[in-house]
Amino acid sequence: MFRNQYDTDVTTWSPTGRLFQVEYAMEAVKQGSAAIGLRSRSHVVLACVNKAQSELSSHQKKIFKVDDHIGVAIAGLTADGRVLSRYMRSEAINHSFTYESPLPVGRLVVHLADKAQVCTQRSWKRPYGVGLLVGGLDESGAHLYYNCPSGNYFEYQAFAIGSRSQAAKTYLERRFESFADSSREDLIKDAILAVRETLQGETLKSSLCTVSVLGVGEPFHFLDQETIQNVIDTFEKVADEEEGEGEAEPAAPAEEGGDGTGDQDVAPMET
Amino acid sequence: MTFTIPIDNGDALKNAEADSQRTLYPYVTGTSIVAIKYKDGVLMASDMGVLMASSLCKFKGFMVDNECAGSYGSTLRYKNIERVKAIGKHSLLGASGEISDFQEILRYLDELVLNDNMWDDGNSLGPKEVHNYLTRVMYNRRNKFNPLWNTLVLGGVKNGESYLGMVSMIGVSFEDNHVATGFGNHLARPILRDEWRADLSFEDGVKLLEKCMRVLLYRDRSAINKLQIAKITEEGVTVSQPYSLKTFWEFQAFHNPTAGAQGSW
Repeated sequence: MFRNQYDTDVTTWSPTGRLFQVEYAMEAVKQGSAAIGLRSRSHVVLACVNKAQSELSSHQKKIFKVDDHIGVAIAGLTADGRVLSRYMRSEAINHSFTYESPLPVGRLVVHLADKAQVCTQRSWKRPYGVGLLVGGLDESGAHLYYNCPSGNYFEYQAFAIGSRSQAAKTYLERRFESFADSSREDLIKDAILAVRETLQGETLKSSLCTVSVLGVGEPFHFLDQETIQNVIDTFEKVADEEEGEGEAEPAAPAEEGGDGTGDQDVAPMET
Repeated sequence: MTFTIPIDNGDALKNAEADSQRTLYPYVTGTSIVAIKYKDGVLMASDMGVLMASSLCKFKGFMVDNECAGSYGSTLRYKNIERVKAIGKHSLLGASGEISDFQEILRYLDELVLNDNMWDDGNSLGPKEVHNYLTRVMYNRRNKFNPLWNTLVLGGVKNGESYLGMVSMIGVSFEDNHVATGFGNHLARPILRDEWRADLSFEDGVKLLEKCMRVLLYRDRSAINKLQIAKITEEGVTVSQPYSLKTFWEFQAFHNPTAGAQGSW
C-alpha cells in the first residue's frame, strides 16, 4: 500500500471519497491466517487454518462459540476478534435471558456492524482490524455472514477470508451452488477441502485445521481431531489410489483449481 | 416511568413523598381472567367491569397529601373496558388488577412490537418471548418496590404451537394448559382441572369458559354479566362482541332468604 496525506486518521476523507484508515484495517484482515465458512439450508461449517507463532507455542484460537446456535471465525487482529466475540456472547445471552429465545443471527450481525461503524466515525477510535465470519440460525434457517472493519456486512453461501483465501474462494465458487442442499457430511468435507486449498503445498493434517459445525438440532461444537483426520483420510486415500503416488495432491492446490490436475484430485469427491 | 427519590434522606422507601411515587394500593381494577388452550389455539375470557376504590384522604402531620389509608370498598365505575388485547401477530394479553398499569404495559409492548417489526427480517416475537419479557419487567418492578399491580395472562400460537402462561405482580411466572387470575384461581381452576382436555373444540372450549365465568358471575362481587371471549389461532386474533350469560335466580333458597336466619347465629 502507498503512503497518503489523507490516511492519518479515520475521520479524514480523501479527495476521491475514501477513508484510508478503514481500508488499511481491511488489509489487516487479509494478513491473518485463513478462515472459511459455508452453509447449507440447515447447517453452517466454519473452518480455519491453525497458525502458531512458533513451533514452541500453541496455535491461536480463531473460532469462537457465541451461543448454541451461533459461531464466529475471525481473521486479522485476534485481540480485536476476541473482544468482539465477547460482545457477541454478551448480546446473545442478554437476549436469551430476556426472551428465553435464541437471538436471530441476522440481528446480531447488524449490532456488530453498527458497532464497527462507530469506530469509523470517531477521531479518537480506530476501526477493528478483524474480519468475522458469523454463522448461525434464525427462524428462516442457517445463515453465514461476513462482517468487515468498515461496518459492512454481507450474507454468503460460502466465503473465505485471510491470507491465501483466494485459493479457497475459487474452490468454493466452483461448488457453492450445491451447498444449499448438501448433507452435513458433504459440507464438512467441502470445508476441509477449501482449507487445503489455502495451504498451497503443505500436506493437510488434522492438526493444521480447526473445524466447527452448527445446525438445526445440532448445537455449535468443534469437531475433534480424529473426526477431521477421518474425513481427510477419505479423500487422501482415494486421491492416492487415483494418482498412484502421494505427491500429487500438494501439486494440485498450487494450480488454483482451474485445470485438469487440480480437478483430478477433487473429481473422486464429486462422484 | 422515571420518578425522583428524595435524596436528602436515606430512607427513600419509607417517607411520605416517596410513597406518592410508587404503587401502594390498586385503585381502578379489573377482576378475573380465565384462559385455556384448545385444539386450534388459545381462548381467553374476561368480563368488562372495572371497579374504582373509594378511598379516604388522610391528614398526615402538617401535610395533606394523596396518601390513602385504605378504601371504603368500591364502585362499579366502568362497564365497557376491554381487558384482553392482541400483541403483535402471535399473542393475546389479558390483565386483571390496576387498569392504568395494564395500559402502561400495553405501551411497553407496543414499543417492543414496533422495534421487532422495524427489523423487517422475517423473525418475529412469539408468545414465549413476550411472556418472558413481561416476566422480566414485572420482577424488576417488584424489586424496586414499585410493582405493576396486575396479574397478566399471555396466550398465543406460533408455528402451530400453542402457548399459555401467566405472570403475577411479584414476577411469579409459569406456563400451563389453563390459567386463571384473581377469584378465578379459586373458582375456575377446579372446574378446569376436572374438565379440560387437550383436544377441546372451539365450541366446547367456549362452553367450558362460560361455565367458569358463570360461577364467577354468581360468586365474585366484582364481576358483571358482560363478557368477551378472545380467540387466538395460527390465523390471528378474534375478540368477540360483549355478551351476557344466562343466569338462574329461581332457586328455592332465594325465594325466602330469611327462612334459615331465625334468631341468633
